[in-house]
Amino acid sequence: MAMADTNPQGMTVSDEVAIEIKNMNKWYGQFHVLRDIDLTVHRGERIVICGPSGSGKSTLIRCINALEEHQQGSIVVDGTPLSSDLKNIDKIRSEVGMCFQHFNLFPHLTILENCTLAPLWVRKIPKKEAEETAMYFLEKVKIPEQADKYPGQLSGGQQQRVAIARSLCMRPRIMLFDEPTSALDPEMIKEVLDTMIQLAEEGMTMLCVTHEMGFARQVANRVIFMDAGQIVEQNEPEPFFKNPQNDRTKLFLSQILGH
Amino acid sequence: MSDTHAESVAFVRKTEIPPAPPPVTETGAIKWVRENLFSGPFNTIMTLLGLYVVYWLLSGVIPWILNGTWEGSSIRDCREIIGDTGGGCFAVLGERWNQLLFGFEYPSELYWRPTLAFILLFVTVPQVLFISLPRKLLILTGLYPFLAYWLIWGGSILIPFFALVGLVLGYAAFTRAERINFAAGLAAFVVAAVVAWWLGGFLTAAAPNFLALEAVDSRNMGGFMLNLILGIVCVSLSLPLGIVLALGRQSRMPLIKYVCVVFIEFVRGVPLITLLFVANVVLAYFLPPGTNFDLILRVIIMITLFASAYIAEVIRGGLAALPKGQYEAADSLGLDYAQAMRLIILPQALKISIPGIVNVAVGLFKDTTLVSIISMFDLVGMIRGPILSSTDWVGVYWELWAAACVLFFVVCYGISQYSQWLERQLQTDHR
Repeated sequence: MAMADTNPQGMTVSDEVAIEIKNMNKWYGQFHVLRDIDLTVHRGERIVICGPSGSGKSTLIRCINALEEHQQGSIVVDGTPLSSDLKNIDKIRSEVGMCFQHFNLFPHLTILENCTLAPLWVRKIPKKEAEETAMYFLEKVKIPEQADKYPGQLSGGQQQRVAIARSLCMRPRIMLFDEPTSALDPEMIKEVLDTMIQLAEEGMTMLCVTHEMGFARQVANRVIFMDAGQIVEQNEPEPFFKNPQNDRTKLFLSQILGH
Repeated sequence: MSDTHAESVAFVRKTEIPPAPPPVTETGAIKWVRENLFSGPFNTIMTLLGLYVVYWLLSGVIPWILNGTWEGSSIRDCREIIGDTGGGCFAVLGERWNQLLFGFEYPSELYWRPTLAFILLFVTVPQVLFISLPRKLLILTGLYPFLAYWLIWGGSILIPFFALVGLVLGYAAFTRAERINFAAGLAAFVVAAVVAWWLGGFLTAAAPNFLALEAVDSRNMGGFMLNLILGIVCVSLSLPLGIVLALGRQSRMPLIKYVCVVFIEFVRGVPLITLLFVANVVLAYFLPPGTNFDLILRVIIMITLFASAYIAEVIRGGLAALPKGQYEAADSLGLDYAQAMRLIILPQALKISIPGIVNVAVGLFKDTTLVSIISMFDLVGMIRGPILSSTDWVGVYWELWAAACVLFFVVCYGISQYSQWLERQLQTDHR
């Protein structure tokens, strides 16, 4: 695929490589989950990964910040190779933010404490500064007034926006989204997607596993389709949706866009 | 209209009738009694039976308490005073109160020392139990064990002082070396502490009477004081040890994992009483001859190991109850293992484990009475031994055992109430 300097949405993509995955393989026991994955992500790219369940899309992005170990091949994030060296893993994790399907906020801490925890302990930032940063990002996701509440008091959409703010407080250079809207009620999906769109417009490098095809059309500059642990097809959104090449892609798109 | 009424109706009410109260049988206590106690023949019979049982119990207990005597210096005096009214001989409690509390060999002129240590407990423990108190007061809590040791056992203050200095220096060395890695920190801790204790040993030997209180030997400890010492020390030690064992059991490093598994399974598979016998008798065979390894210390080690295995399993349950996402979220933010455990995992896992931990703690506290079997004179040992076998008080079972029950119940019920309060305090998830 030819890499465009600007995509239809007018957001810039640089030539600098943010993530480079080469010939990566992963097994769960005997089960071959990821096969020969090759993927290069440039800084500023917004990639949507889709595919049927069990196709390995979540596993792929979880390998990028070492929540899952890969057994073969190489992953380089921001120039740091992902190996079993704990220092490299910690470095990569503090550069890469992640949002989960089930938010995974810390229920025993307030929203503000959720957001300041990692900056305080990992980045060793003074408390006042960490709280200012947290409030800045909470305002950005439009829930500063909830700062002193506990996660259990918030709606799902609000919790997911807090989760995004919590990741942003670490000032990550790359954001990973693992089905961020799959556990939400329909009316809450929009508020989370709006936050993600805003983030994309600011030039964040993003990898999103999602079934929100409208989001893919609007912000992605590349859509990747995975099936059975392989990258089957990847293209810019327009040609991907209008003119899929692979039979499995066609079947998948007809199923999810057909209703 | 009004004319016809005036002729045909004798009385017309001019005011509104006030609202009538509902029938007596449908409100308040009477309604409750009808619905809950006499709603059918079966319930009526059960209620009457229950009332009879209550009557039977009270008719035994109340005269026993009311007609009982607190005067007299032996069971014979009691019998004279009580006659055949069925009263209890509570004189034994007054007469032997100090023995019940301190044992029969603790010098009576020194009773103020353990009493003071006990009172200081109320100054040093609340800041651990109540999060709202100023954190700086925790320094007092840190000093307390050493002060209490000095007060209860006596001897030169240099002994607990250097024990404290060793720990403080060890901690300082740990924080310096921990930046390299955890193992280096641990090694630095051990080296610094041992060196401090070794030097302290020399200084103590050189000035054995520096600020010395009259020494009391471990053999002379007894009564409820011994139960409290064992209970408090063992609970405070077994909680951290249990946390370490629970985390160790989850470790990915096979050596650490299997050491923890084997330890937990072995200790849980052995009765506490055999461990106490090991502490009392068998350990002496393995130690080099001439070593004086304090009996209370040996018992504390055994009870602590025993309780920590149980606490480890309780905490493992709490760890297992946490969703995997919590670990992943902590990891994805870049927190290292120690930070993730301390800040995210343990606060939640421990909260879930509170009922189980309290269960173990209460059980442990009551199990401290088992030391009476290895001829230590704790509260139970005192009653079974010196008091009941004295010619003055032979046969005064009910009063003594009731007093023992009350003492233990007060402490255990207090622990239970505190834990329930704590659970409510920590309720933040609004489920």
